[in-house]
Amino acid sequence: MSKDVVSPPLGRGTRNAWKRKFLERAIAILLFLSSFLSILITAGIVAVLLFEAITFFVDVSFLEFITGTRWTPLFSSKQFGVLALVAGTTLTAVLAMVVALPLGLLSAIYLSEYSPDGVRRLVKPILEVLAGIPTVVYGYFALLFVTPILRGISGDIAVFNALSASIVMGIMILPMVSSLSEDAMRAVPRNLREAAYALGSTKLEVSTLVVVPAALSGIMSAFILAVSRAIGETMIVTIAAGQNPSFTLNPFVPIETMTAYIVQVSQGDAPAGSIEFKTIFAVALLLFAITLIMNLLSQYVVSRFREEYE
Amino acid sequence: MAVIPRTEFQRRRNRRKWLGRAFHGMCLLSVAIALGMLAVLLIYLLIQGATGINWSFLTSFASRHPDQAGIKAAILGSIYVVLVAGVVSFTLGVATALYLEEYAARSRFAKIAKINIANLAGVPSIVYGILGLQIFVHNLHLGKSVLAGGFTLALLVLPIVIVAAGEAVRAVPPSFREGSYALGATRWQVIWHIVFPLAFPGILTGVILAVSRAIGETAPLIAMGALTFVPFSPDSPLSRFTVLPIQIFNWTSRPQEGFQEAAAAGIIVLLVILLIMNAGAVILRNHFQNKWEG
Repeated sequence: MSKDVVSPPLGRGTRNAWKRKFLERAIAILLFLSSFLSILITAGIVAVLLFEAITFFVDVSFLEFITGTRWTPLFSSKQFGVLALVAGTTLTAVLAMVVALPLGLLSAIYLSEYSPDGVRRLVKPILEVLAGIPTVVYGYFALLFVTPILRGISGDIAVFNALSASIVMGIMILPMVSSLSEDAMRAVPRNLREAAYALGSTKLEVSTLVVVPAALSGIMSAFILAVSRAIGETMIVTIAAGQNPSFTLNPFVPIETMTAYIVQVSQGDAPAGSIEFKTIFAVALLLFAITLIMNLLSQYVVSRFREEYE
Repeated sequence: MAVIPRTEFQRRRNRRKWLGRAFHGMCLLSVAIALGMLAVLLIYLLIQGATGINWSFLTSFASRHPDQAGIKAAILGSIYVVLVAGVVSFTLGVATALYLEEYAARSRFAKIAKINIANLAGVPSIVYGILGLQIFVHNLHLGKSVLAGGFTLALLVLPIVIVAAGEAVRAVPPSFREGSYALGATRWQVIWHIVFPLAFPGILTGVILAVSRAIGETAPLIAMGALTFVPFSPDSPLSRFTVLPIQIFNWTSRPQEGFQEAAAAGIIVLLVILLIMNAGAVILRNHFQNKWEG
């Protein structure tokens, strides 16, 4: 870089020096305030959610919220059993992982252990395109492409169902699993592989008995992050899985997830301060807590169980 | 020729080789399925939506009749909201990254702030929508406006910008800083004249990626209270608005086939915008990488 550094004017007396010093301090303080904002955001999220959730729990017993299985705040006979929403979220997240986990892990093994370098460099960015597509697009795809196919296979499947949303969500989080797992596998030192080959192992044995165990902390943390992503996913389940909170693990019927419920209330006209309005804060607080725990867990797994070589 | 009896070793070796080939096939199949789904998705969208894209679709407002419906208000809304989000997240993100890397590096505060930022990146986007609703719409009385939407998305993508800017700042060789300190430059002069210009391409790449994430976001803006039916152009920062993904969502949830085709057409427009932005980020990165890393 040939940019000139402004050299300080010499002999201009202390006024300039004082001015510069003041400027330096002011800028440092400004930058500090800005970086402090990121902490304020977290505090803000917690404060906003807690404040409204607490006023919610004044009206509704916490025990009913956390153990009830019927969720009907928008009906005249209101019941606040959040487990109906938790069941929907769990169902879709688990099914999405059933799709994303094997496909993502096998793709990662292929890219890290089998594919020629040129193929890897071509395929990896293309896979990551899947992660960059807006979720509303996946919702459209689930409802209007995948669901009709599923309904063609079995007449028992409703128009809105957890299965279709989950399959598409699995495809969406697949690149997250494969990219992060692949990074972890490629970080495994080559001499471990070579030692195993020297003992006569096949590529399958090297991959599954040496590389995957050595990279397990990275792979685990990728899985946990993917689950957390699936739990927080909103548009696919809102569009394709329905708005019918039900305490069921049947993937063929309409359900409702925590995220979809928040969208449903936001779209309606529940007045601020009403009990319907406050439910979204309680649900969001639960959602925030679950995803935060999973993210912390994922960081913990990486730092605690990392295998250090060399 | 005498037939050699198969020993236990050979049988096992053949089995292992066969298993290995089967596994290789499964791995290939997984990648093929993933790539195939992407192809199916894109082809399906093209078939559904390509016919719906024309000049009047781009320049008409939303309508109750699918064949007259357009995305003018949605496109304008998306542009305004993303402009606000881009400017705000750029300013705050760069300032934060500069402080954490140049002023407070290795301090306890920087450590806590970085862990916090990593966790913010994992917060579901809809939670940001609720934060925006409460802070910007209600507490700051901005209403469900372009400004409130832009601020909400700015908070959402801020971690992306901070991380990208931090990496770009760290990539500036320490010798450059030391050289200008040796010439008597103050800390801010070093940052402003040396670090920032060198890190700028990396920062810009991060901002483009962050903005392209913001363009595709639907849930936080719905939670914040953006409209779904807007037959007018947003004309001030405090005017109400819709964005392209919300328009697509709205059309997708309608039963009429005409609206679903409009949704597909809207999706194609959205994906083309994203493609252009991502290509821009890649080109920018490659251009500047060759320029001063060589």
